[in-house]
Amino acid sequence: MNYLVGAFKPPCNVFISFADGRSRKQVPLKKENGKTVMVALFQSQENIVGEVVIEPIHGKKVEHNGVKIELLGQIELYFDRGNFYDFTSLVRELDIPGELYERKTYPFEFSTVEMPYESYNGVNVRLRYILKVTISRNFVSNIVECQDFVVRNYTPPPSINNSIKMEVGIEDCLHIEFEYSKSKYHLKDVIIGKIYFLLVRIKLKNMELEIRRRESTGSGPNTYVETETLAKFELMDGAAVRGESIPIRLFLSPYELTPTYRNINNKFSVKYYLNLVLVDEEDRRYFKQQEITMYRLLEAS
Amino acid sequence: MIADGVEDEEKWLSAGIAGLQQNAFYMHRALDSNNLRDALKYSAQMLSELRTSRLSPHKYYELYMRAFDELRKLEMFFKEETRRGCSIIDLYELVQHAGNILPRLYLLCTVGSVYIKSKEAPAKDVLKDLVEMCRGIQHPVRGLFLRSYLAQVSRDKLPDIGSEYEGDADTVVDAVEFVLQNFTEMNKLWVRMQHQGPAREKEKREKERSELRDLVGKNLHVLSQIEGIDLDMYKDTVLPRVLEQVVNCKDELAQYYLMDCIIQVFPDEYHLQTLDVLLGAFPQLQPTVDIKTVLSRLMERLSNYAASSADVLPEFLQVEAFSKLNNAIGKVIEAQPDMPILGVITLYSSLLTFTLHVHPDRLDYADQVLGACVRKLSGKGKLEDNKATKQIVALLSAPLEKYNDIVTALKLSNYPRVMEYLDSETNKVMATVIIQSIMKNKTRISTADRVEALFELIKGLIKDLDGTFDDEVDEDDFKEEQNSVARLIQMFYNDDTEEMFKIICTVRKHILAGGPKRLPFTVPPLVFSSLKLVRQLQGQEENPFGEEESTTPKKIFQLLNQTLETLSNIPAPELALQLYLQCAEAANDCDLEPVAYEFFTQAYILYEEEISDSRAQVTAIHLIIGTLQRMHVFGVENRDTLTHKATGYSAKLLKKPDQCRAVYACSHLFWVDDQDNMKDGERVLLCLKRALRIANAAQQMSNAARGSTGSVTLFVEILNKYLYFFEKGNPQVTVAAIQSLIELITTEMQSDSSTPDPAADALFASTLRYIEFQKQKGGAVGEKYEPIKV
Repeated sequence: MNYLVGAFKPPCNVFISFADGRSRKQVPLKKENGKTVMVALFQSQENIVGEVVIEPIHGKKVEHNGVKIELLGQIELYFDRGNFYDFTSLVRELDIPGELYERKTYPFEFSTVEMPYESYNGVNVRLRYILKVTISRNFVSNIVECQDFVVRNYTPPPSINNSIKMEVGIEDCLHIEFEYSKSKYHLKDVIIGKIYFLLVRIKLKNMELEIRRRESTGSGPNTYVETETLAKFELMDGAAVRGESIPIRLFLSPYELTPTYRNINNKFSVKYYLNLVLVDEEDRRYFKQQEITMYRLLEAS
Repeated sequence: MIADGVEDEEKWLSAGIAGLQQNAFYMHRALDSNNLRDALKYSAQMLSELRTSRLSPHKYYELYMRAFDELRKLEMFFKEETRRGCSIIDLYELVQHAGNILPRLYLLCTVGSVYIKSKEAPAKDVLKDLVEMCRGIQHPVRGLFLRSYLAQVSRDKLPDIGSEYEGDADTVVDAVEFVLQNFTEMNKLWVRMQHQGPAREKEKREKERSELRDLVGKNLHVLSQIEGIDLDMYKDTVLPRVLEQVVNCKDELAQYYLMDCIIQVFPDEYHLQTLDVLLGAFPQLQPTVDIKTVLSRLMERLSNYAASSADVLPEFLQVEAFSKLNNAIGKVIEAQPDMPILGVITLYSSLLTFTLHVHPDRLDYADQVLGACVRKLSGKGKLEDNKATKQIVALLSAPLEKYNDIVTALKLSNYPRVMEYLDSETNKVMATVIIQSIMKNKTRISTADRVEALFELIKGLIKDLDGTFDDEVDEDDFKEEQNSVARLIQMFYNDDTEEMFKIICTVRKHILAGGPKRLPFTVPPLVFSSLKLVRQLQGQEENPFGEEESTTPKKIFQLLNQTLETLSNIPAPELALQLYLQCAEAANDCDLEPVAYEFFTQAYILYEEEISDSRAQVTAIHLIIGTLQRMHVFGVENRDTLTHKATGYSAKLLKKPDQCRAVYACSHLFWVDDQDNMKDGERVLLCLKRALRIANAAQQMSNAARGSTGSVTLFVEILNKYLYFFEKGNPQVTVAAIQSLIELITTEMQSDSSTPDPAADALFASTLRYIEFQKQKGGAVGEKYEPIKV
């Protein structure tokens, strides 16, 4: 059936555009085919206003059972292929059943749309928002056109943001105390901190700080956890001795981070960790992982 | 294995250089096309070559220098980039995105330098950030080079007073803080280097470390160049901080080098004002640190400083520099029980030099130093260590050189006590140095006490020490030494006769202990000094107070007599004889007949008993005759006895010509021009005739022995005597006698058997010329000569 769809060109072109398309901020979005396209950026509670243009191909007549536009928020789990969970679904009827002979423009508007989750493109899961125009037809397949857009939600700086401070060690081998100035960081933030060496009996070679992303999908026995190391940032070269304190300053902006997502629609979570790794001369690794919370701060642009 | 290591290292180095150059090439391309992103990428890759652990510091330095050059270009680029509108703050953040720490920090320092220049942030903040961030490099070599780079790029950007980066208030403090911190961290890394790697390569590592020391020291140099550091700041902040670091690092190499650095880079007046603090650090250093060298240099600098201007001397007094140094040295020696004696002496030697320069008037200081030295040396016996003895010689020479006056040195009661620790050889050397100093400066030693002290010092030359006699002493050296002692004795002089007499007694006491080898050298100067005193006493004969003088010529002569006796016992009869005659003549001048007679008697006894060599006899007899001729003190009887003896000796000489000459010389004993009662023409003639007889006999003897008559020299000489007495008006000497003598000579000379003797001919000819000349003079003399026919 599918190749037939390809064989027969749809009898009309459908364009979806936003009213403020020119002025709205565009962000890159990676498509399934690996290409990156620029799409419009929205946040929750915004009005999504635009128009749909349907243009039949040189005078062909399009019969239809009605035209509608949907705003869908979908979660797609890769291991559960093909299943979309729509957590948001809004519909606007654009046209009653009839025939189209010529180009026709339909304005649409979704007011103060609740879009609680951000667009996310992970290893095992994707959360996306689309506008979907459907021209329903009898006997033949519907004509469907989709337009992605990206949602990002901004959070005010947290009122409580404690530092992370901890003393760890291996008895009689290595004792360190580390401190990160905050536990919650925005995406362009900088991690400031220090590591204080209380006892060093092993021959250290270097020390690095990793930013790790832990994406867990599914629930119960079907939980899939995927961990990525997004950054490896060398903090120390050589071996510190007792009493040394090594500064940490890690700018987060070069890395593609997202806010921390906790239990999105009971489908998935994305968490971030700072992993402090000490490597000795025999390449043994000693590490301590700490969760940090990422949030998106409204950029003053 | 080791050769392999070196080869490998070369390989790694060239690989490193290649990698560096390649990335530098891409970096240049990015720079040319103003591509910031690529520039950062490739510069970071380029700098990654510096992450190697395989190179020795020496080779690493080579690599570093190349990277350094490239970074200069990058810095220029950053500067242009900011001019093109790129925010320096963004740039400062951007370079920190690099994942590897070493390239990141090099880039950060480079941008930081531009950042400071842009003045968009206070220099102090940027510097503080940089120096903090550099903590991330804990690898000693890499860390040292990185921080050295930081020091290099920042040194012209410190917020010093007068600098364009100077901020609002107290920014010098920030500059100092920055340098101090960098210094501290570098030193820690440097010290830590020794613990890295296997123990068997420790030596190699120490060598490598020592190659790196200037990287650390450069910080101190930078500190010293910060204009804003005034004395208070140096005292309160800089020095304590630096010293704290030095002391706490507990590392021999670092402590030695850094202490030296501190002393060399900071100004002298600062050292002077912070002596307490600075010196306080020394005893806390590791026991193996070569403190003596460092401290010596400090004292040397301070001495030079004191010498540079008289204005600074009050400062030295004010801070009691001497006592502080002295205490410090004491403490250091205490703290380092293993310090070799050489070190101790070097320290004291430096201290002595210091005090001599700074407190030339405080002799007690110098004595204190010597005293402390003695205390240290005591219980160690004679020094075996060659270097240590040399150092002692230097120590002891210092006061002499400074004061140019042994008298001052003699006041140092500990001086001879130090000398006691020298072996006899060195002791002599030292004694010679002392004497030379006296000679050079023509120092007059004018009291018996000082003479006593001086002899104590040079006793190595005066007598055999320890009762051991060193056979190996070189004859020439020995003579040289004793000659110098002889010269020294001449330097003792006092106008006050009492004191001078004491001096002489003292000298006598000492030199008599010198043994037979020394006496011939030392007695003559003593005798002459004494005779000088005698003459001096004569000059002030009239004692205005009529008191009984303790020092009389008589007393001196008694003393001399005893002294000379020892000389004749050695035996050195010829010398003794000469000296007896000298004394006799002096006694003559003092109108002490019995004394003079006694001296003559002694001389005669020596002649008879001790002088057996004929040549010596000839010399002696002529001396006797000459002296006797000048004596006027003798009564007729005494004189007769003595002249009789002298003539008797003359006639008994072995060789005829000697006899002849001695006899005609004796003629003078009977004819003294300025004494009318001493003109016995008859006996003069007797002598002359006797001489003629002997000459004749000599002539015949030679004729008999060799078939030819000897020279007529003797006759000509006798003729001269005739002429002399003739001219003086001896009635017994007649024209006829002269005439016949001339004829005799002429005949002899023309005789076939005579041996031609040009010297005799010449003498005769000039004698005849003299007669002619006198004739032509006319007057009384001319008349007198007129009858003589030539």
